[in-house]
Amino acid sequence: MDMGVRERIAKRAAQELIDGMVVNLGIGIPSLIPNFLPEERRIIFQAENGILGIGKSPKKGEEDAHLCNAGGYPITVVEGASYFDSATAFAMIRKGLIDVTVLGGLQVSERGDLANWMVPGKRVPGVGGAMELAQKTKKVIVVMSHVNKDGEPKIVQQCSLPLTAWRCVDLIITDMAVIEVTDEGLLLKEVMAPYDVEDVISCTAARLKMASAIKRIE
Amino acid sequence: MTMVSNEYGKIITIEQAVEMIDDGCSLMVGGFGGIGSPPSLLQAIIDKGVQQITLICNDTAFPHIGVGPLVAQGRIKKAVVSHIGSNPIAGQLLHEGKMEVEFSPQGILIERIRAGGAGLGGILVDIGVGHEWLAKGKPTVDIDGNRYLLERPLTADISLVYAKKADPFGNLIYDKSARNTNPLVAMAGRITIAEVEEIVPLGELDPEEIVTPGIFVTYIVQSNGVDWKWIWE
Repeated sequence: MDMGVRERIAKRAAQELIDGMVVNLGIGIPSLIPNFLPEERRIIFQAENGILGIGKSPKKGEEDAHLCNAGGYPITVVEGASYFDSATAFAMIRKGLIDVTVLGGLQVSERGDLANWMVPGKRVPGVGGAMELAQKTKKVIVVMSHVNKDGEPKIVQQCSLPLTAWRCVDLIITDMAVIEVTDEGLLLKEVMAPYDVEDVISCTAARLKMASAIKRIE
Repeated sequence: MTMVSNEYGKIITIEQAVEMIDDGCSLMVGGFGGIGSPPSLLQAIIDKGVQQITLICNDTAFPHIGVGPLVAQGRIKKAVVSHIGSNPIAGQLLHEGKMEVEFSPQGILIERIRAGGAGLGGILVDIGVGHEWLAKGKPTVDIDGNRYLLERPLTADISLVYAKKADPFGNLIYDKSARNTNPLVAMAGRITIAEVEEIVPLGELDPEEIVTPGIFVTYIVQSNGVDWKWIWE
């Protein structure tokens, strides 16, 4: 995916974050989301290394090595922020106090199962904090490319890769579409230009229900 | 370095500290992606040539940061971590069978460390129940209709932490997000060595602000500061 595509996905995901929400962002595309939030929107960003109240990125030359997000990149904090140890950070997560998490994905099933931590025999980066975030956060948004590097659909009937969590995903945002996971299955709600509904169907290996009015994102 | 009295005998040199760290030891290290890891102690362990270490840490950091170089130089026999994704050499060693890796979900790993430091026999968690990889070999317990995995506590021969300030008793305060896993790791070592930016006289730290009570800290060393370049530099 080129940078423009990653940014379009992040921009669309930013619209899901509304005033007052406590949000944990994964690394990769999710970390771009703050760039697309309106100035006045008040989101409380949590990081699992032990920060509540992350602000903007610092200016060049003003970075503090001891003030970084979970991905290891410098941040600032807003008024009212707090520091704590990472056991406390995960207490917040497991207790269900995080409203939204935005995570990357390798596969999502039509039931909302998420696989995002390993490809057996190939890549085993480890699960990090994703299992707890996926299982315990009120709303789980997955941002990813619609198909993998080999052109295979990542939205599937059943995940073939080891799962991160079962029935956890609420919304999928890709470079082609916005799809909601409902009790009745996957609901196609928006299509990203230049793709059309037919493109999305042909690149998805799971049943898609059509929303009554499918929005086109230019 | 501020001149402070060493009335508890806890303040030692880095050379004295690494004398306690030998081949085959279990080593628990504070830090998260290398941030909040003790740079001078880790360098001294590399210089001493310690091998066959069982490492317990949040992650394997980056190849040139934190515990990363110990991993990259093949000094680790087994790593108990939540992820190795930021250190490609760790993935390579795992793939080649040269390093064993036990993955715990991040919040479970730190809670296992907390359990080890708090004298508990284990913890019950509902993360990963029935998971084909992460539940393997772990007993389950049913309570009030809910199923939990029994996760074992973690302790180590030596815990290494990094703090902003210590007093001679070993009371510690940390610096912003460099706190991360350090307060838990500090509790879980049979010997805990705190590398600190500054050693202050007894009484200078406000009891209200102390994060790690000095009873958990066996020894204190003065840090020489971070000598690696951060990923964003």
